[in-house]
Amino acid sequence: MSSRFVSSRIAQVPPSGIRRFFDVAGTMKDAISLGVGEPDFITPYHIRSAAIDSLLDGETQYTPNLGLLSLRKEIAGYLTDRFSVSYDPEKEILVTVGASEAIDLALRVCLRPGDEVILPDPGYVSYAPCVTFAGGVAVPVTTRAEDEFRLTAASLSAAITEKTRALIFPYPNNPTGAVMTREEMEKIAAVAAQHDLLVISDEIYAELTYEGEKIAFSSLPGMRERTILINGFSKAFAMTGWRLGFACAPREILYEMNKIHQYAIMCAPRQGQVAACQALKKGRENSYEDVEGMRRSYDRRRRVMVDALRNMGLDCFEPKGAFYCFPSIKKTGLTSEEFCTRLLKEEKVVCVPGDAFGPSGAGHIRCCYATDLQKMLEAFSRMERFIHSL
Amino acid sequence: MQALKAQILEILNEDCRTPLERIAVMLGCDLPRVAQALEELEQDRVILHYSPIINWDRTDKERVEAMIEVKVTPQRDMGFDAIAGRIYRFEEVKSVYLMSGSYDLLVLVEARTLKELALFVSEKLSPLDSVTGTSTSFVLKRYKQDGVIFVGESTDKRMAVAP
Repeated sequence: MSSRFVSSRIAQVPPSGIRRFFDVAGTMKDAISLGVGEPDFITPYHIRSAAIDSLLDGETQYTPNLGLLSLRKEIAGYLTDRFSVSYDPEKEILVTVGASEAIDLALRVCLRPGDEVILPDPGYVSYAPCVTFAGGVAVPVTTRAEDEFRLTAASLSAAITEKTRALIFPYPNNPTGAVMTREEMEKIAAVAAQHDLLVISDEIYAELTYEGEKIAFSSLPGMRERTILINGFSKAFAMTGWRLGFACAPREILYEMNKIHQYAIMCAPRQGQVAACQALKKGRENSYEDVEGMRRSYDRRRRVMVDALRNMGLDCFEPKGAFYCFPSIKKTGLTSEEFCTRLLKEEKVVCVPGDAFGPSGAGHIRCCYATDLQKMLEAFSRMERFIHSL
Repeated sequence: MQALKAQILEILNEDCRTPLERIAVMLGCDLPRVAQALEELEQDRVILHYSPIINWDRTDKERVEAMIEVKVTPQRDMGFDAIAGRIYRFEEVKSVYLMSGSYDLLVLVEARTLKELALFVSEKLSPLDSVTGTSTSFVLKRYKQDGVIFVGESTDKRMAVAP
Protein backbone atom coordinates (compact mmCIF):
# COMPACT_ATOMS: atom_id res chain seq x y z
CA MET A 1 0.00 0.00 0.00
CA SER A 2 1.53 3.21 -1.21
CA SER A 3 -0.60 5.28 1.13
CA ARG A 4 2.16 4.96 3.75
CA PHE A 5 3.99 7.60 1.72
CA VAL A 6 1.20 10.12 2.19
CA SER A 7 1.48 12.53 5.08
CA SER A 8 -1.36 12.22 7.52
CA ARG A 9 -1.66 16.01 7.54
CA ILE A 10 -2.78 15.82 3.92
CA ALA A 11 -4.69 12.56 4.12
CA GLN A 12 -6.88 13.82 6.97
CA VAL A 13 -8.29 16.64 4.82
CA PRO A 14 -11.43 15.50 2.96
CA PRO A 15 -11.83 16.35 -0.72
CA SER A 16 -14.14 19.22 -1.60
CA GLY A 17 -17.81 18.46 -0.97
CA ILE A 18 -18.56 20.28 -4.18
CA ARG A 19 -16.57 17.84 -6.30
CA ARG A 20 -18.33 14.86 -4.80
CA PHE A 21 -21.54 16.18 -6.27
CA PHE A 22 -19.98 16.90 -9.58
CA ASP A 23 -19.48 13.23 -10.45
CA VAL A 24 -23.20 12.53 -10.34
CA ALA A 25 -24.28 15.69 -12.12
CA GLY A 26 -21.73 15.31 -14.89
CA THR A 27 -23.39 12.14 -16.14
CA MET A 28 -26.87 13.66 -16.55
CA LYS A 29 -27.70 15.07 -19.92
CA ASP A 30 -30.58 17.44 -19.47
CA ALA A 31 -29.71 18.53 -15.96
CA ILE A 32 -29.82 22.27 -15.29
CA SER A 33 -26.96 23.34 -13.14
CA LEU A 34 -27.23 26.04 -10.51
CA GLY A 35 -24.11 24.47 -9.05
CA VAL A 36 -21.47 26.34 -10.97
CA GLY A 37 -19.16 28.87 -9.42
CA GLU A 38 -18.18 30.89 -12.43
CA PRO A 39 -19.62 33.47 -14.82
CA ASP A 40 -21.78 32.28 -17.72
CA PHE A 41 -20.19 34.98 -19.85
CA ILE A 42 -17.15 34.07 -21.83
CA THR A 43 -14.11 36.32 -21.63
CA PRO A 44 -14.76 39.48 -23.70
CA TYR A 45 -13.50 39.18 -27.26
CA HIS A 46 -10.85 41.89 -27.09
CA ILE A 47 -9.25 40.16 -24.11
CA ARG A 48 -9.10 36.77 -25.85
CA SER A 49 -7.81 38.47 -28.95
CA ALA A 50 -4.93 40.10 -27.05
CA ALA A 51 -3.82 36.67 -25.82
CA ILE A 52 -3.99 35.21 -29.33
CA ASP A 53 -1.94 38.09 -30.71
CA SER A 54 0.67 37.57 -28.04
CA LEU A 55 0.93 33.88 -28.97
CA LEU A 56 1.26 34.72 -32.64
CA ASP A 57 3.96 37.24 -31.76
CA GLY A 58 5.89 34.43 -30.14
CA GLU A 59 5.49 35.61 -26.56
CA THR A 60 5.96 32.17 -25.07
CA GLN A 61 8.64 32.81 -22.46
CA TYR A 62 8.72 33.16 -18.69
CA THR A 63 7.79 36.50 -17.23
CA PRO A 64 9.34 38.00 -14.10
CA ASN A 65 8.33 36.12 -10.94
CA LEU A 66 6.16 39.00 -9.81
CA GLY A 67 4.45 39.11 -13.20
CA LEU A 68 4.83 41.46 -16.18
CA LEU A 69 5.61 44.95 -14.93
CA SER A 70 3.10 46.35 -17.42
CA LEU A 71 0.39 44.23 -15.80
CA ARG A 72 1.44 45.16 -12.27
CA LYS A 73 1.26 48.82 -13.25
CA GLU A 74 -2.22 48.28 -14.66
CA ILE A 75 -3.27 46.51 -11.46
CA ALA A 76 -1.94 49.40 -9.38
CA GLY A 77 -3.92 51.85 -11.52
CA TYR A 78 -7.02 49.70 -11.35
CA LEU A 79 -6.91 49.46 -7.55
CA THR A 80 -6.53 53.22 -7.28
CA ASP A 81 -9.36 53.80 -9.76
CA ARG A 82 -11.85 51.37 -8.34
CA PHE A 83 -10.88 50.86 -4.70
CA SER A 84 -8.89 53.96 -3.70
CA VAL A 85 -5.92 51.95 -2.48
CA SER A 86 -2.40 52.37 -3.76
CA TYR A 87 0.25 49.70 -4.09
CA ASP A 88 3.73 49.95 -5.54
CA PRO A 89 3.85 47.83 -8.71
CA GLU A 90 7.58 47.23 -8.20
CA LYS A 91 7.40 45.75 -4.73
CA GLU A 92 3.88 45.31 -3.46
CA ILE A 93 1.98 43.46 -6.20
CA LEU A 94 2.37 39.78 -7.10
CA VAL A 95 0.58 38.18 -10.04
CA THR A 96 -0.56 34.67 -9.09
CA VAL A 97 -2.14 31.59 -10.61
CA GLY A 98 -5.66 32.58 -9.67
CA ALA A 99 -6.62 34.15 -6.37
CA SER A 100 -6.41 30.58 -5.03
CA GLU A 101 -2.63 30.58 -5.19
CA ALA A 102 -2.57 33.93 -3.45
CA ILE A 103 -4.61 32.52 -0.56
CA ASP A 104 -2.21 29.62 -0.22
CA LEU A 105 0.83 31.91 -0.32
CA ALA A 106 -0.63 34.27 2.23
CA LEU A 107 -1.26 31.45 4.68
CA ARG A 108 2.09 29.79 4.14
CA VAL A 109 3.93 33.02 4.67
CA CYS A 110 2.30 33.93 7.94
CA LEU A 111 1.55 30.68 9.75
CA ARG A 112 3.76 29.03 12.32
CA PRO A 113 2.89 25.50 13.47
CA GLY A 114 -0.32 25.55 15.48
CA ASP A 115 -1.24 29.15 14.67
CA GLU A 116 -4.96 29.72 14.44
CA VAL A 117 -6.76 31.35 11.54
CA ILE A 118 -10.29 32.61 11.93
CA LEU A 119 -12.63 32.20 9.00
CA PRO A 120 -16.30 33.00 8.58
CA ASP A 121 -18.42 29.88 8.23
CA PRO A 122 -20.03 29.23 5.77
CA GLY A 123 -17.20 30.21 3.48
CA TYR A 124 -15.30 29.21 0.40
CA VAL A 125 -14.24 25.57 0.44
CA SER A 126 -10.49 26.02 0.18
CA TYR A 127 -9.73 28.24 3.18
CA ALA A 128 -9.76 25.61 5.94
CA PRO A 129 -7.79 22.97 3.96
CA CYS A 130 -5.20 25.57 2.95
CA VAL A 131 -4.81 26.56 6.59
CA THR A 132 -4.22 22.90 7.48
CA PHE A 133 -1.75 22.41 4.64
CA ALA A 134 0.17 25.42 5.92
CA GLY A 135 0.40 23.87 9.37
CA GLY A 136 -2.20 26.08 11.00
CA VAL A 137 -5.52 25.44 12.66
CA ALA A 138 -8.72 26.73 11.08
CA VAL A 139 -11.18 28.29 13.50
CA PRO A 140 -14.58 28.67 11.87
CA VAL A 141 -16.81 31.43 13.16
CA THR A 142 -20.48 31.02 12.41
CA THR A 143 -22.20 33.81 10.54
CA ARG A 144 -26.00 33.89 10.61
CA ALA A 145 -28.78 34.78 8.23
CA GLU A 146 -30.15 37.08 11.00
CA ASP A 147 -26.93 39.10 10.73
CA GLU A 148 -27.14 38.97 6.93
CA PHE A 149 -24.24 36.49 7.12
CA ARG A 150 -21.87 39.25 8.15
CA LEU A 151 -18.95 38.63 10.45
CA THR A 152 -19.65 40.53 13.65
CA ALA A 153 -16.94 42.08 15.78
CA ALA A 154 -18.38 40.30 18.80
CA SER A 155 -18.16 36.81 17.32
CA LEU A 156 -14.71 37.56 15.99
CA SER A 157 -13.52 38.72 19.41
CA ALA A 158 -15.01 35.65 21.05
CA ALA A 159 -13.01 33.34 18.79
CA ILE A 160 -9.65 35.00 19.40
CA THR A 161 -7.09 33.14 21.52
CA GLU A 162 -3.38 33.64 22.18
CA LYS A 163 -2.71 31.53 19.12
CA THR A 164 -4.79 33.54 16.68
CA ARG A 165 -2.57 34.78 13.92
CA ALA A 166 -4.81 35.79 11.07
CA LEU A 167 -8.34 36.42 9.88
CA ILE A 168 -9.57 35.42 6.45
CA PHE A 169 -11.99 38.11 5.41
CA PRO A 170 -13.95 37.00 2.34
CA TYR A 171 -16.52 39.59 1.31
CA PRO A 172 -18.59 39.66 -0.88
CA ASN A 173 -18.99 36.12 0.31
CA ASN A 174 -19.20 32.82 -1.50
CA PRO A 175 -21.61 31.07 -0.80
CA THR A 176 -23.86 33.51 1.08
CA GLY A 177 -23.61 36.65 -1.06
CA ALA A 178 -23.12 38.74 2.08
CA VAL A 179 -21.32 42.07 1.91
CA MET A 180 -19.98 44.15 4.78
CA THR A 181 -20.81 47.78 5.43
CA ARG A 182 -18.07 50.29 6.12
CA GLU A 183 -19.18 50.69 9.72
CA GLU A 184 -19.00 46.95 10.36
CA MET A 185 -15.65 46.69 8.62
CA GLU A 186 -14.30 49.40 10.86
CA LYS A 187 -15.34 47.40 13.90
CA ILE A 188 -13.59 44.32 12.52
CA ALA A 189 -10.57 46.50 11.82
CA ALA A 190 -10.52 47.67 15.43
CA VAL A 191 -10.52 44.08 16.69
CA ALA A 192 -7.78 43.15 14.23
CA ALA A 193 -5.65 46.04 15.44
CA GLN A 194 -6.29 45.30 19.10
CA HIS A 195 -5.16 41.68 18.73
CA ASP A 196 -2.54 42.37 16.08
CA LEU A 197 -4.08 40.06 13.48
CA LEU A 198 -3.05 39.74 9.88
CA VAL A 199 -6.10 40.14 7.64
CA ILE A 200 -6.22 38.09 4.46
CA SER A 201 -8.89 39.90 2.51
CA ASP A 202 -10.23 37.83 -0.36
CA GLU A 203 -11.90 40.42 -2.58
CA ILE A 204 -12.39 38.26 -5.67
CA TYR A 205 -16.10 39.17 -5.83
CA ALA A 206 -15.61 42.86 -5.02
CA GLU A 207 -16.67 44.05 -8.48
CA LEU A 208 -19.88 42.08 -8.12
CA THR A 209 -21.31 44.23 -5.36
CA TYR A 210 -24.94 45.16 -6.01
CA GLU A 211 -25.83 47.21 -2.98
CA GLY A 212 -23.63 49.41 -0.87
CA GLU A 213 -20.11 50.55 -1.65
CA LYS A 214 -17.32 48.20 -2.53
CA ILE A 215 -14.52 48.69 -0.05
CA ALA A 216 -11.02 47.26 -0.01
CA PHE A 217 -10.17 46.27 3.54
CA SER A 218 -6.73 47.83 3.24
CA SER A 219 -8.31 51.20 2.50
CA LEU A 220 -9.54 51.41 6.09
CA PRO A 221 -7.38 53.62 8.33
CA GLY A 222 -4.38 51.75 9.69
CA MET A 223 -5.22 48.46 7.98
CA ARG A 224 -2.84 48.56 5.05
CA GLU A 225 0.18 47.33 7.01
CA ARG A 226 -1.69 44.27 8.30
CA THR A 227 -3.66 43.34 5.19
CA ILE A 228 -2.99 41.04 2.28
CA LEU A 229 -5.39 42.07 -0.46
CA ILE A 230 -6.33 39.24 -2.81
CA ASN A 231 -8.23 39.72 -6.03
CA GLY A 232 -8.18 38.45 -9.58
CA PHE A 233 -9.74 38.40 -13.00
CA SER A 234 -11.93 35.29 -12.83
CA LYS A 235 -15.20 36.78 -11.65
CA ALA A 236 -15.11 40.42 -12.71
CA PHE A 237 -13.75 39.78 -16.20
CA ALA A 238 -15.15 36.26 -16.75
CA MET A 239 -11.67 34.76 -16.90
CA THR A 240 -11.87 31.71 -14.61
CA GLY A 241 -10.03 29.27 -16.86
CA TRP A 242 -7.12 31.66 -17.39
CA ARG A 243 -6.11 31.24 -13.75
CA LEU A 244 -5.02 34.75 -13.04
CA GLY A 245 -5.13 36.55 -9.75
CA PHE A 246 -2.99 38.86 -7.69
CA ALA A 247 -1.94 39.64 -4.15
CA CYS A 248 -1.05 43.05 -2.79
CA ALA A 249 0.70 43.50 0.51
CA PRO A 250 3.30 45.61 2.26
CA ARG A 251 6.70 44.85 0.74
CA GLU A 252 8.03 42.89 3.74
CA ILE A 253 5.18 40.39 3.35
CA LEU A 254 5.04 40.38 -0.42
CA TYR A 255 8.77 39.74 -0.65
CA GLU A 256 8.29 36.47 1.26
CA MET A 257 5.19 35.45 -0.71
CA ASN A 258 7.16 35.93 -3.88
CA LYS A 259 9.84 33.57 -2.56
CA ILE A 260 7.39 30.68 -2.34
CA HIS A 261 5.87 31.69 -5.66
CA GLN A 262 9.26 31.85 -7.42
CA TYR A 263 10.35 28.43 -6.19
CA ALA A 264 7.02 26.65 -6.53
CA ILE A 265 5.40 28.30 -9.54
CA MET A 266 7.98 30.52 -11.25
CA CYS A 267 5.41 32.82 -12.79
CA ALA A 268 1.74 32.92 -13.78
CA PRO A 269 1.13 31.87 -17.41
CA ARG A 270 2.19 34.60 -19.77
CA GLN A 271 -0.87 34.67 -22.04
CA GLY A 272 -3.13 35.08 -19.05
CA GLN A 273 -1.05 38.03 -17.96
CA VAL A 274 -1.24 39.62 -21.40
CA ALA A 275 -4.99 39.09 -21.44
CA ALA A 276 -5.40 40.57 -17.98
CA CYS A 277 -3.34 43.57 -18.99
CA GLN A 278 -5.68 44.15 -21.93
CA ALA A 279 -8.72 43.76 -19.66
CA LEU A 280 -7.52 46.53 -17.37
CA LYS A 281 -6.20 48.80 -20.07
CA LYS A 282 -9.48 48.75 -21.97
CA GLY A 283 -11.37 49.01 -18.70
CA ARG A 284 -9.56 52.21 -17.85
CA GLU A 285 -10.44 53.63 -21.28
CA ASN A 286 -14.12 52.73 -21.31
CA SER A 287 -15.06 53.03 -17.62
CA TYR A 288 -14.97 49.26 -17.16
CA GLU A 289 -17.87 48.76 -19.52
CA ASP A 290 -17.42 44.97 -19.67
CA VAL A 291 -17.46 44.61 -15.91
CA GLU A 292 -20.39 46.97 -15.45
CA GLY A 293 -22.44 45.25 -18.16
CA MET A 294 -21.96 41.84 -16.59
CA ARG A 295 -22.66 43.21 -13.15
CA ARG A 296 -25.99 44.67 -14.30
CA SER A 297 -26.91 41.36 -15.86
CA TYR A 298 -26.12 39.40 -12.67
CA ASP A 299 -27.97 41.95 -10.61
CA ARG A 300 -31.19 41.41 -12.57
CA ARG A 301 -30.94 37.66 -12.36
CA ARG A 302 -30.18 37.95 -8.65
CA ARG A 303 -33.52 39.65 -8.09
CA VAL A 304 -35.33 37.10 -10.21
CA MET A 305 -33.80 34.24 -8.24
CA VAL A 306 -34.50 35.69 -4.80
CA ASP A 307 -38.07 36.38 -5.86
CA ALA A 308 -38.52 32.84 -7.20
CA LEU A 309 -36.99 31.11 -4.17
CA ARG A 310 -39.18 33.12 -1.82
CA ASN A 311 -42.23 32.33 -3.91
CA MET A 312 -41.42 28.64 -3.46
CA GLY A 313 -41.74 29.25 0.25
CA LEU A 314 -38.03 29.12 1.04
CA ASP A 315 -36.45 31.62 3.42
CA CYS A 316 -33.89 33.41 1.35
CA PHE A 317 -31.55 36.10 2.55
CA GLU A 318 -31.13 38.71 -0.19
CA PRO A 319 -27.53 38.45 -1.34
CA LYS A 320 -25.81 41.78 -1.99
CA GLY A 321 -22.73 40.52 -3.78
CA ALA A 322 -21.12 37.61 -5.68
CA PHE A 323 -23.55 35.50 -7.75
CA TYR A 324 -25.13 33.06 -5.34
CA CYS A 325 -28.33 32.73 -3.37
CA PHE A 326 -28.11 30.73 -0.18
CA PRO A 327 -31.69 29.86 0.80
CA SER A 328 -32.62 27.84 3.85
CA ILE A 329 -34.28 24.52 3.10
CA LYS A 330 -34.87 23.64 6.76
CA LYS A 331 -38.64 23.91 6.27
CA THR A 332 -38.60 20.88 4.00
CA GLY A 333 -37.31 18.70 6.82
CA LEU A 334 -34.52 17.45 4.59
CA THR A 335 -30.81 17.88 5.16
CA SER A 336 -28.91 19.88 2.54
CA GLU A 337 -27.38 16.70 1.23
CA GLU A 338 -30.75 14.91 0.96
CA PHE A 339 -32.36 17.93 -0.64
CA CYS A 340 -29.69 18.29 -3.31
CA THR A 341 -29.40 14.57 -4.01
CA ARG A 342 -33.15 14.14 -4.41
CA LEU A 343 -33.55 17.36 -6.39
CA LEU A 344 -30.92 16.12 -8.79
CA LYS A 345 -32.38 12.64 -9.04
CA GLU A 346 -36.02 13.60 -9.27
CA GLU A 347 -35.90 16.89 -11.17
CA LYS A 348 -32.39 17.07 -12.60
CA VAL A 349 -31.48 20.38 -11.05
CA VAL A 350 -28.04 20.78 -9.55
CA CYS A 351 -27.56 22.83 -6.39
CA VAL A 352 -24.73 22.57 -3.91
CA PRO A 353 -25.43 21.45 -0.32
CA GLY A 354 -24.71 24.33 2.06
CA ASP A 355 -22.57 22.26 4.42
CA ALA A 356 -19.98 21.84 1.67
CA PHE A 357 -19.04 25.37 2.79
CA GLY A 358 -18.66 24.52 6.45
CA PRO A 359 -20.86 23.13 9.21
CA SER A 360 -22.81 26.39 9.54
CA GLY A 361 -24.03 25.99 5.98
CA ALA A 362 -26.15 23.00 7.01
CA GLY A 363 -29.81 23.47 6.16
CA HIS A 364 -28.99 25.69 3.20
CA ILE A 365 -28.25 25.19 -0.48
CA ARG A 366 -26.18 27.30 -2.82
CA CYS A 367 -27.77 28.31 -6.11
CA CYS A 368 -25.77 30.23 -8.69
CA TYR A 369 -27.56 32.88 -10.73
CA ALA A 370 -24.77 33.24 -13.26
CA THR A 371 -27.03 31.03 -15.31
CA ASP A 372 -29.01 31.64 -18.48
CA LEU A 373 -32.31 33.22 -17.47
CA GLN A 374 -34.53 30.81 -19.40
CA LYS A 375 -32.74 27.83 -17.89
CA MET A 376 -33.01 29.38 -14.48
CA LEU A 377 -36.77 29.84 -14.88
CA GLU A 378 -37.08 26.20 -15.91
CA ALA A 379 -35.00 25.16 -12.90
CA PHE A 380 -37.32 27.14 -10.61
CA SER A 381 -40.42 25.40 -11.88
CA ARG A 382 -38.73 22.04 -11.36
CA MET A 383 -37.67 23.02 -7.85
CA GLU A 384 -41.14 24.20 -7.03
CA ARG A 385 -42.62 20.91 -8.21
CA PHE A 386 -40.03 19.07 -6.12
CA ILE A 387 -40.77 21.05 -2.97
CA HIS A 388 -44.51 20.54 -3.35
CA SER A 389 -43.99 16.82 -3.82
CA LEU A 390 -42.34 16.51 -0.40
CA MET B 1 -35.95 57.56 -15.36
CA GLN B 2 -33.22 57.63 -18.01
CA ALA B 3 -31.25 54.94 -16.19
CA LEU B 4 -34.39 52.86 -15.81
CA LYS B 5 -35.15 53.17 -19.51
CA ALA B 6 -31.61 52.18 -20.44
CA GLN B 7 -31.95 49.04 -18.35
CA ILE B 8 -35.35 48.21 -19.82
CA LEU B 9 -33.90 48.51 -23.31
CA GLU B 10 -31.04 46.21 -22.34
CA ILE B 11 -33.49 43.59 -21.06
CA LEU B 12 -35.85 43.78 -24.05
CA ASN B 13 -32.96 43.73 -26.46
CA GLU B 14 -32.02 40.37 -24.97
CA ASP B 15 -35.57 39.04 -24.91
CA CYS B 16 -38.45 41.25 -26.00
CA ARG B 17 -40.93 38.77 -24.58
CA THR B 18 -39.81 39.42 -21.00
CA PRO B 19 -43.04 40.09 -19.11
CA LEU B 20 -43.40 43.48 -17.45
CA GLU B 21 -43.71 41.83 -14.06
CA ARG B 22 -40.37 40.14 -14.48
CA ILE B 23 -38.72 43.34 -15.65
CA ALA B 24 -40.00 44.98 -12.48
CA VAL B 25 -38.49 42.18 -10.37
CA MET B 26 -35.23 42.30 -12.27
CA LEU B 27 -34.84 46.01 -11.67
CA GLY B 28 -36.23 46.04 -8.15
CA CYS B 29 -38.70 48.65 -9.33
CA ASP B 30 -42.48 48.81 -8.96
CA LEU B 31 -44.63 47.71 -11.84
CA PRO B 32 -46.37 51.03 -12.62
CA ARG B 33 -43.01 52.79 -13.05
CA VAL B 34 -41.77 50.13 -15.42
CA ALA B 35 -45.03 50.26 -17.36
CA GLN B 36 -44.82 54.03 -17.64
CA ALA B 37 -41.19 53.96 -18.77
CA LEU B 38 -42.02 51.40 -21.42
CA GLU B 39 -44.98 53.40 -22.62
CA GLU B 40 -42.78 56.46 -22.97
CA LEU B 41 -40.18 54.48 -24.88
CA GLU B 42 -42.87 53.40 -27.31
CA GLN B 43 -44.45 56.86 -27.57
CA ASP B 44 -41.09 58.48 -28.18
CA ARG B 45 -40.50 55.90 -30.87
CA VAL B 46 -37.38 54.63 -29.17
CA ILE B 47 -38.94 51.19 -29.35
CA LEU B 48 -40.60 50.86 -32.75
CA HIS B 49 -41.45 47.24 -33.04
CA TYR B 50 -41.09 43.83 -31.41
CA SER B 51 -40.28 41.00 -33.75
CA PRO B 52 -38.61 37.59 -33.56
CA ILE B 53 -35.42 36.60 -35.30
CA ILE B 54 -36.43 33.77 -37.61
CA ASN B 55 -34.23 31.26 -39.32
CA TRP B 56 -36.30 30.96 -42.50
CA ASP B 57 -34.05 28.23 -43.79
CA ARG B 58 -35.64 25.94 -41.27
CA THR B 59 -39.11 26.63 -42.60
CA ASP B 60 -40.60 25.63 -45.93
CA LYS B 61 -41.02 29.22 -46.97
CA GLU B 62 -39.49 30.15 -50.32
CA ARG B 63 -37.51 33.29 -49.89
CA VAL B 64 -34.56 35.13 -51.39
CA GLU B 65 -32.78 38.14 -50.06
CA ALA B 66 -30.38 40.58 -51.60
CA MET B 67 -28.36 43.55 -50.55
CA ILE B 68 -28.35 46.24 -53.20
CA GLU B 69 -25.79 48.98 -53.28
CA VAL B 70 -27.47 51.99 -54.83
CA LYS B 71 -25.87 55.13 -56.20
CA VAL B 72 -28.16 58.11 -56.39
CA THR B 73 -28.08 61.80 -57.18
CA PRO B 74 -29.03 63.75 -54.07
CA GLN B 75 -31.73 66.36 -54.56
CA ARG B 76 -31.42 70.01 -53.71
CA ASP B 77 -32.72 70.85 -50.18
CA MET B 78 -33.77 67.24 -49.68
CA GLY B 79 -30.40 65.50 -49.79
CA PHE B 80 -30.93 61.76 -49.84
CA ASP B 81 -34.13 61.71 -47.83
CA ALA B 82 -36.58 62.04 -50.68
CA ILE B 83 -35.10 59.30 -52.79
CA ALA B 84 -34.66 57.07 -49.72
CA GLY B 85 -38.36 57.62 -49.07
CA ARG B 86 -39.24 56.53 -52.57
CA ILE B 87 -37.25 53.37 -52.08
CA TYR B 88 -38.34 52.38 -48.59
CA ARG B 89 -41.99 52.58 -49.58
CA PHE B 90 -41.65 49.51 -51.79
CA GLU B 91 -42.93 46.59 -49.79
CA GLU B 92 -40.12 44.32 -51.00
CA VAL B 93 -37.66 46.58 -49.23
CA LYS B 94 -36.88 45.49 -45.67
CA SER B 95 -34.18 47.99 -44.74
CA VAL B 96 -32.59 51.09 -46.17
CA TYR B 97 -29.43 52.70 -44.87
CA LEU B 98 -27.59 55.82 -45.98
CA MET B 99 -23.94 54.84 -46.22
CA SER B 100 -20.56 56.47 -46.31
CA GLY B 101 -18.20 55.12 -48.94
CA SER B 102 -18.42 54.25 -52.59
CA TYR B 103 -22.20 54.07 -52.82
CA ASP B 104 -25.03 55.96 -51.16
CA LEU B 105 -27.83 53.67 -50.07
CA LEU B 106 -27.76 50.08 -48.94
CA VAL B 107 -31.11 48.46 -49.64
CA LEU B 108 -32.10 45.08 -48.23
CA VAL B 109 -34.72 43.43 -50.37
CA GLU B 110 -36.73 40.29 -49.88
CA ALA B 111 -38.76 38.41 -52.47
CA ARG B 112 -40.21 34.95 -53.05
CA THR B 113 -38.01 34.01 -55.99
CA LEU B 114 -34.84 35.10 -57.67
CA LYS B 115 -36.80 36.26 -60.68
CA GLU B 116 -39.14 38.35 -58.61
CA LEU B 117 -36.20 40.04 -56.98
CA ALA B 118 -34.42 40.67 -60.27
CA LEU B 119 -37.58 42.20 -61.66
CA PHE B 120 -37.86 44.45 -58.66
CA VAL B 121 -34.44 45.86 -59.44
CA SER B 122 -34.98 46.24 -63.15
CA GLU B 123 -38.56 47.47 -63.09
CA LYS B 124 -38.91 49.38 -59.85
CA LEU B 125 -35.58 50.42 -58.45
CA SER B 126 -33.37 51.19 -61.44
CA PRO B 127 -35.96 53.29 -63.33
CA LEU B 128 -36.18 55.82 -60.48
CA ASP B 129 -34.93 59.19 -61.72
CA SER B 130 -32.27 59.77 -59.11
CA VAL B 131 -30.86 56.27 -59.19
CA THR B 132 -27.68 56.27 -61.22
CA GLY B 133 -26.50 52.72 -60.56
CA THR B 134 -27.17 49.53 -58.63
CA SER B 135 -25.15 46.50 -57.65
CA THR B 136 -27.09 43.51 -56.38
CA SER B 137 -25.62 40.80 -54.13
CA PHE B 138 -27.71 37.80 -53.12
CA VAL B 139 -27.57 36.46 -49.59
CA LEU B 140 -26.41 32.84 -49.69
CA LYS B 141 -26.25 31.95 -46.05
CA ARG B 142 -26.95 33.71 -42.81
CA TYR B 143 -24.42 33.15 -40.04
CA LYS B 144 -25.38 35.81 -37.56
CA GLN B 145 -28.03 38.48 -37.36
CA ASP B 146 -28.67 41.09 -34.69
CA GLY B 147 -26.22 39.40 -32.37
CA VAL B 148 -27.75 35.97 -32.78
CA ILE B 149 -25.66 33.20 -34.28
CA PHE B 150 -27.58 30.99 -36.72
CA VAL B 151 -25.20 28.09 -37.17
CA GLY B 152 -24.11 25.43 -34.71
CA GLU B 153 -25.33 24.88 -31.19
CA SER B 154 -24.30 27.15 -28.37
CA THR B 155 -23.03 25.00 -25.56
CA ASP B 156 -22.23 25.93 -22.01
CA LYS B 157 -18.65 24.84 -21.57
CA ARG B 158 -18.72 25.04 -17.80
CA MET B 159 -18.63 22.02 -15.53
CA ALA B 160 -21.93 21.35 -13.80
CA VAL B 161 -20.49 21.92 -10.36
CA ALA B 162 -17.56 24.10 -9.43
CA PRO B 163 -16.36 26.09 -6.43
